[in-house]
Amino acid sequence: MLTFTIRRLILAVPTLLFISLVIFLLLELAPGDPMAQVPLTVPPEVKEKMRLALGLGEPGYIRFYKWLVQFFWVEPQILFDHLFGTTFAEGKQRIISWQHRGPVMDVVVERLPQTLWVVGLSYIVGILIALPIGIYSAYKQYSLFDQAGTFITMIGYSIPPFFTGPLVIVLFSVNLGWFPFIYDTTHEVVDWDSFVYQLRQMIMPVMVLALQTTAQISRYMRASMLDNLNQDYVRTARAKGLSERVVVLVHVLRNSMIPVVTVIALGLPAIFGGAIITEQVFSVNGIGAQLIGAIQANDLPTVQTLTFMFAFLIVFFNLIADVLYGILDPRIRYD
Amino acid sequence: MTDTTNTEPTTPPHSQWYDVWHQFKAHKGALLGGIIFLIIVFGVFIGPLLWPYDATYIDIRARNQGPSMAHPFGTDQLGRDLLARMMAGGQTSIAVGLTAMLLALSLGSFVGIVAGFFKKLDGPLMRLTDLFLALPILPLLLVMMMLFREPLSSAVGPERGIFILIVVAIGVTSWMPTARIVRGDVLALKEREFVLAARSIGTSNKNMITRHILPNVLSPIMVSATLGIANAIITESALSFLGLGFPPDFPTWGRLLNDAVQYLQDYPERVFWPGLGISLTVLSVNYLGDGLRDALDPRIRGR
Repeated sequence: MLTFTIRRLILAVPTLLFISLVIFLLLELAPGDPMAQVPLTVPPEVKEKMRLALGLGEPGYIRFYKWLVQFFWVEPQILFDHLFGTTFAEGKQRIISWQHRGPVMDVVVERLPQTLWVVGLSYIVGILIALPIGIYSAYKQYSLFDQAGTFITMIGYSIPPFFTGPLVIVLFSVNLGWFPFIYDTTHEVVDWDSFVYQLRQMIMPVMVLALQTTAQISRYMRASMLDNLNQDYVRTARAKGLSERVVVLVHVLRNSMIPVVTVIALGLPAIFGGAIITEQVFSVNGIGAQLIGAIQANDLPTVQTLTFMFAFLIVFFNLIADVLYGILDPRIRYD
Repeated sequence: MTDTTNTEPTTPPHSQWYDVWHQFKAHKGALLGGIIFLIIVFGVFIGPLLWPYDATYIDIRARNQGPSMAHPFGTDQLGRDLLARMMAGGQTSIAVGLTAMLLALSLGSFVGIVAGFFKKLDGPLMRLTDLFLALPILPLLLVMMMLFREPLSSAVGPERGIFILIVVAIGVTSWMPTARIVRGDVLALKEREFVLAARSIGTSNKNMITRHILPNVLSPIMVSATLGIANAIITESALSFLGLGFPPDFPTWGRLLNDAVQYLQDYPERVFWPGLGISLTVLSVNYLGDGLRDALDPRIRGR
């Protein structure tokens, strides 16, 4: 198991390097000039110096190397210093945003909790709804419940979050007035009332994101249950006289969860991607909104860092899915 | 002894495609999906010829009107007829969907067949596919839109430039599932006797692929095609919705939805039509794909 994990880990390194190279090369082609906003009265040699100060004077491969060092070496040190009060990273150059003139990671750390709260909660809600639906519709295949479930998941697949978002806003905010229209990120939970307000403002974004999660995972759960329900060991379990509940919820469910767990791990990065849109709809001030803002402001270091963070999430969760699969299914491990 | 004298088939012989159609018809959802998709396509491409208003005609005195006989979907903040804009937007969205799907499909099929057929290229090509699958698609698409919008717009005109950019960007980032499925099927096909037979009579690689492999992997390719259309339409709408797609005066469904969201508090009903357009198209195409998958699978067919 350990060698399996290590092999996967080693495979992830070139993948990440390749992705960071792709992102870097793509941004290298950027026509936008960070000096475009500088007044025309500034003499060219001063402009050249400003360009150098932004780290733009050197050839591409040196900048790529510097960015790698900053992302993988300096920034973790900053985090370590912050956690344990050490001074490893003192005086080292960090990734500086062109937009805020401050370190990119400071803004990310500020924005990340908003995204994590909304995305994380919606994912958990989605899974909790999806699993029972998947189990029951597989158990009663072709029943009315199953047909309705298929239809609803098809809708969940087909209606994009940028339509369900405005739709729930119209329904619950404009017409019914139940929930606030805009997500207030400065809101702090101090007592019961503010907690209730926080819950109310989170319901709509979570609902929209959870619909997509539910659609995908309940489909996988159903298919996986159907694969297992016809197996011989299920007949054996029934023949032994086990109750139907034990057969379905213990024997079949445990085996069916193997592919579903990996799908759950694999789907998480995609949900972060979907959160970019949902954050835009509900004005949640998370990292998706930060990415859009950076793209509009032509802030290349932020765009590069954030895009790479999304890529990192994908590779990381792929790794987790692989390892989980190995743990849960011995056949994969010894392949 | 069973009676072997009467072996004549009772029904006249029919082609494989008749069987496929017969099975497809049995899937009610797929049939309905196909019909709705055709209606939408004909509606957005032929509708503007019959409808008196132009999508870009500004009538400032008739702005922000609700639904009426003259304007069944109402008018927007500049007095443009929303039904005409819906049809014009649908043309762009569906055209983007179809073209991007064709690009992704040809890329994916090419990579899949080459990887499955030539053992030496299998490893590198599949690693490449894995790498592409690990890319963060939506952020990268946004970055690509930001970077290449200006140069392409000035090179070939704003609308055509963005069209090419969106189609290429979506095509290049969505071929991987097709490649994987096709490769798997080609690997299985290569072990079959008819391939061995073709090989033994000296069929060249080129003929082998075009005459024996490609026709046999057509069904997974067709199923990915339907999923590809749905995916491309959603992606284009998402880009337009985020304000990084087509220019503001050029309607697409995503763009119309974005415009409507800005007036959400005053005119909430405007959100409905563009969203319905996107969702209904995607839903019908998904059902179509579902039915095609069943109809093209000979193991299910005839049951």
